Formats: sequence, structure tokens, C-alpha cells
Amino acid sequence: MSGFQIEIQLIALVTAIACALPGAFLVLRRMAMMSDAISHTVLLGIVAGFFIVEDLSSPWLIFGAAVVGVLTVSLVALLQRTRLVKEDAAIGLVFPALFSIAVILITRYAGSVHLDIDAVLIGEIAFAPFDRFAPFGTDIGPRGLYVMGGILLLNLTLIILFYKELKISTFDPGLAATLGFAPALIHYGLMSVVSVTVVGAFDIVGSILVVALMVAPPISAYLLTDHLPRMLGLSVIFGALSALSGFWLATLLDASIAGSMASMAGLIFALVFLFAPDHGLVAAARRRERQRWIFAQSMLVIHLFNHEGLPEADQENRVEHLHDHLRWHPGFADRVVRKAEERNWVIRLNGRLALTQPGREHARQAIIR
Amino acid sequence: MPARRFPGIHPFRHGKVEPVDLIALFNELFFDYTLRTVAMGAAVLGIVSGALGSFAVLRKQSLLGDAMSHAALPGVVLAFLLTRSKAPLVLVLGALIAGWLATLWLMNIVNRTRIKEDSALALVLSVFFGFGLVLLTYTQRLPDARQAGLDQFLFGQAAALLQRDVVTMAILSTLALTLLAVFWKEFKLLSFDREFGASLGFPMGVLDILLTTLLVLAIVIGLQAVGVVLMSAMVVAPAAAARQWTDRLGVMVVLSAIFGAAAGVSGAVISSLAQGFSTGPTVVLAASAIVVISILFASNRGLVWNWVRHQRSRRRLQLENVLTNLHLLASQHADATHGHSIEVLRAMSAQRGGVARSLAVLKERGWVENVGDNLWALTSEGISAAQKVIQERGFEPLPSSNIDGQSRAPEGDGGRAE
Repeated sequence: MSGFQIEIQLIALVTAIACALPGAFLVLRRMAMMSDAISHTVLLGIVAGFFIVEDLSSPWLIFGAAVVGVLTVSLVALLQRTRLVKEDAAIGLVFPALFSIAVILITRYAGSVHLDIDAVLIGEIAFAPFDRFAPFGTDIGPRGLYVMGGILLLNLTLIILFYKELKISTFDPGLAATLGFAPALIHYGLMSVVSVTVVGAFDIVGSILVVALMVAPPISAYLLTDHLPRMLGLSVIFGALSALSGFWLATLLDASIAGSMASMAGLIFALVFLFAPDHGLVAAARRRERQRWIFAQSMLVIHLFNHEGLPEADQENRVEHLHDHLRWHPGFADRVVRKAEERNWVIRLNGRLALTQPGREHARQAIIR
Repeated sequence: MPARRFPGIHPFRHGKVEPVDLIALFNELFFDYTLRTVAMGAAVLGIVSGALGSFAVLRKQSLLGDAMSHAALPGVVLAFLLTRSKAPLVLVLGALIAGWLATLWLMNIVNRTRIKEDSALALVLSVFFGFGLVLLTYTQRLPDARQAGLDQFLFGQAAALLQRDVVTMAILSTLALTLLAVFWKEFKLLSFDREFGASLGFPMGVLDILLTTLLVLAIVIGLQAVGVVLMSAMVVAPAAAARQWTDRLGVMVVLSAIFGAAAGVSGAVISSLAQGFSTGPTVVLAASAIVVISILFASNRGLVWNWVRHQRSRRRLQLENVLTNLHLLASQHADATHGHSIEVLRAMSAQRGGVARSLAVLKERGWVENVGDNLWALTSEGISAAQKVIQERGFEPLPSSNIDGQSRAPEGDGGRAE
């Protein structure tokens, strides 16, 4: 592994973690699409900042981007408040408009600078190590690593400091307002954090893939746990995993690193989506299957219970008769009976079915319920 | 005629807005190949995305367009990888399949887990796009170099549209719009009362997939012209604007198509006149401008008219309040022409300010008169007007028998029978 490769992986790792942290709160607050909107509109902030300071590496650009991020959120809220458009339409109206303004500004006035729209959308982490951070003439590593490291530190600090506020305003905005936590302030604070993170990250992975890093790891974690700290931890782990495996996939295919990171994040989600112990598709299918058998067995014991001790019991309580009475396929009926026998609800007595004491008890309870 | 300089081709040149010569513009619109092609392409895409976007907006699926336009990328690249052809129809088919798969995955996530739609949209959008990027960069490194220009599908290059592209777009649009017309009633049911439709025996699930497929088709048609990011605006903006003007679905769809076409053509024309205005963003800004105008000025819902209506009713209310307050004051005095100071009226008024203006209007109508230094009293017309207001509001009549007794006999049903 060359020095560059290590540096790229470090940058990817730090970026993924910095994105996953605020992303978890976006997902919980049902504002994931806001990350998509902001990741496009921050371009306007960068362009505006560039026109003011005329320096592409100035920290003011990050400030400008944060301002535009908050502006995006406010414009969406404003449009929504007119009640003339729904929230989803408001988002879909605001961000393309701001993005278009930014693109036109760039092509019209900033043609001579290196501010490339393709690069903004796609990003190129492979070039990140060439941009060195060398204060006082000593090279101490790639600039991107320091920028993203700083943003990660900022996110971490803010989340630790305002953990309680964030948690309450996310899960119970009403309570947060009653307790005097200023939900609006927390909302816009979170949005500023998202904007800053997006600006830092989109140099590296591009604006659309920032969304993947912000959303995919947290929703994977969301399917695995109900516990907020655990969800944050899992998001970080999934983010880190996507970053590293994405890098190696890209090296293998000689393809876009950012794209591979997003693909791996998607793959991790797909695996969780299928195999999560409680919320996964497989678990849900197995649960349904089990319920189907249990339901069939309950039907069986209720049927037996209804006819127990009556004259027709001899006729009704035969395995072959279940086909007529419950419309069960003979094979299915046989399996249900065998499962009920395993459970010790039913016993076979010379071709007839009889309830055991626990079976009778279950039938009685099932009827009452 | 000077060669047209399209910003898409020369994006890095500073430029000025040339003075508009309308005749020359029309000449070019009809005879200049590039401008005509671009304008027609933009119009076609505006019409089809406007019409189908109406349904997306009404069904609160505005952002689905955004997700599907991003998700189309891997389909475009895979279609190229498999067929080695860049024929628009092949790429469109690839995009259609990818967008469709993305939508199915999205519906699955939303229906089968506790993940909400916004997260699922963001996930599908970014992951498909990321995967598309992997494929695209992988393809670009293959020895076969014909893939150059695939990324134009992404960012849109309206200026590079060829006539055959426009023809493909037009054929697909006609197909989409025809299907829309054929299943009009069903789609209407789907959008407004899905359960009712299901109870009538329509296969709502199939219709849902069909309508979504048409939307994907509309998006894919536009991708080449305005690109992934901006295509979502073409789905939302014309429809959101049209929604402001009407409550009827048919009118809305037609209006939305017209708005879409208008945005497309004006965007194409503006971008051909002004350097640096790339076609895609300009079309989107034109559409956004239509939205802003509609939100402000739409005949029924527009904010400006709303504000005017609000002001008008506020003034009327104030006027009536001053009138009834004066009536109340008069009822407490033996002499109906006794003047009451404006300060008293102000103190009685629920709203701040506006009392003097209301008095001026009332005086103009001859309902009040100034009986001294800022002292006001009702005229007899004023009294009957006040009583009318009180009756309309359904208030308990005030104890004001002395007014009726002194000024004049009750006239018609305006006065109280006493």
C-alpha cells in the first residue's frame, strides 16, 4: 500500500464518519432529502463566497455554504408555510433553482477559475492527496484530511454537547418546546452542521455521494437497533466500512472511488435490509411463516374442541375430514397435525384426533381471545 | 449570420447580453438548425414532464422524479456496455429499466420496513448514482473509446441535441401522452381516491406501476437535454405552478404542459442570446420564475390577491366596528347627536390604528358627522346602517330604544320592531 493509498483511505474514513453522525439525526427527523437539497445548493454559497474573497481555499467559502444551506431550509419552510405547495414539492422547487443560479454564475463569471461543475457533482478523492497542507513550509499531510478532521471534530463536539437537546427535539418536539429547548434553533443548528459537512465533503466525494454517506449508514443502523447511542455507533461503523471497502473495490476495478463508496454503502444497506434480525425481510418472512403455522394449529384445536364429546365428533375429528371442513390441502393438514402433535396439543387415537389437556386449554384461550 | 455560440460548447467565455432583435430571433427560431432543435427538444420535454409531473405533485411524489433521474445513470451506462451502441433509444431503454428498478426497490423499502420515504429516496438516489459512476468510470477506462459523451446524459447538453434525438423524444412523448389519455380516468382515481378505485375493481397496484413508469419515461426523455439534477425541477415546477391556477385535474395537466413548454422554449432562447446561460439551468430558472409568478398572482390562491382580500376584509371589519361602537355609545346617551371623541373610539377598537381612516370613509358615506373638535356622532343613515350590521352579525340588539324613538321611525326591516 502506497502512502497515497493510505492517505486516501484516511480521508475517506474521516469523511464517512463525519457524514454519518449528522446523517443519523436527519434520518430520524425525516429530513434525509434535505441533505440532497443542501448538497446541491451549497454550490451557490461557494460561488458567492468566491466572488467576495476571490480565493478558492478560503474558509469563508465554508461559511458562505453554511449560510446558503440555512437559506435553503428557510426557503423550503417559507414556501411550505404559504400552504400553496407541499413540502416535497417545495424541496423540489427550491434546490434546482438555487443550483441553476450557481451553475449560471460559474459559467458566466467564474470561467477562468477551477470551479468545475462535474467535479462538484462527482468529486475526486483520488486527487485529494495532491492538495497538501503545509503551514510554515512543512508538509504535514493532505489538506482534505485536516478539513474533514476538523469538521468531524466539530460534529462530534456539537453532538456530545447538545446530545440531550438533539435527542428530545428529535423524538418529541412538543416536549422539547415545553422544556424551553428552542426546537427551531436546534433545527437550524443541525442544518448548519449538515451544510458545513456537505461543503467539506463534496470536494472529496461530490455532492450526490455525500447523500449516500449521510443516509445509507444511519438507515442501516436504524434497522438494527432502537437505541440512539447504538445507532450512532453502528452508523459510524457502517460508514467506515463503506469507505474502506469502497476504496478497495475502486482500486480493483480502477473506477471512481466515491462511486464505489456509495455502492458499498448501498450494498451494506441491502444486506441489512435482507438479514436484520428484527426488521429484515428474511426475518419478517420467517415470522409470517411461523405465524401461519401457529394460526393453522390454533384452527385445528378450536375445530377439535368445538366437536369434542358431541355425537358427530367421530366423523368430524378425522385428519381426512379437515380437507372438507377447513378447506385444507391434505398434505398441509397432515403437516399441521404433526406440528400440533409435536406441541403436545393433539394425539391420534386409531385414526381420530383427540385433544390433550394443554391443547384443550389453548383452544379455550384462543376462543376467548 | 454569425455562428451561434452556445454556452454549453464554450462555457468558459465571458459574455454580454446582446440586444434582442425580435425579427432576427424569429428567423433563427425557424431557420437556425441548432436553436430550432434545442427549442423543440426543450418544448417536448417541457410538455411531457409538465403533464406527468402534475400527477407526481398531486400524489406528493415530487422528489420521486429527483430520485429516478439519478437512478437512471447505471441503466444508461449498462445499456451502452451491453450493446456498445449510443442510439438514444437504447440508452433511454436502459435508463427506463434502471429508474423502474429503483422505484420498485424504493416502494419495497417503504412498505416493508420502518424506514420513511425521505430516507429511502435519498438512499436509492445516491446509491444508484454512485453505482452508475462506478460503471461510467470503469467504462471510460476500457480501450473502446466510444463512450465519450455518455456523461452528457448526466449533466445535460441541450446544445448538443441532434434532430434525431428530438425525434426520439417526440415519439416517446407521444407514446407517454397517449397512454396518459387512454388511462385518464384510472389515473385520476389513483391520484385522488385509491380505495374507491380499488372498490370499483380497478387493479390499482398495476395502475400505480404504469403511472410511475410513464413518469420515469418522461424523466428519461429529458435527461439528455437538461441533465440529472435539473430534470427533477422540470417535473415539479410546471405542475406546482399550474396547481395554483385551477382545481380541475384536466385543466391543471394542460396548463402544466403549457408552462413546461414555455419554460423550455424561453430557456432555450435566452441561453442562445446570452453568453454563459447554459440551456439546462436557464430552462429551470424560467420554470422557477413561472412558479413564483403563479404563487404570487394566481387568480384564486395567489398570495398577492390573498393579501388584498385580507386587507379589504380587515378594513371592512374595522369600519363596521367603529360604526357599531358609535352606535353603542349613542345608545348610552339621551342625545343621539352627542359627539364622541376619537380617543374613546380608539380605546374601544380591537385593532390598533385605522380608526381615523374608518371615520373618514364613514363620513364620506354620510353615516357619521363631525360635531366639534374631533367629536363624532352618527347620522340617521348611520344609525340604520349600524343596526343593519348588528342584525347581520346576529348580535343581541343593544338597548338603544332612545335612538329609535328620537331620530325617526324604524324604516322597513332595517329598524327593530318595538
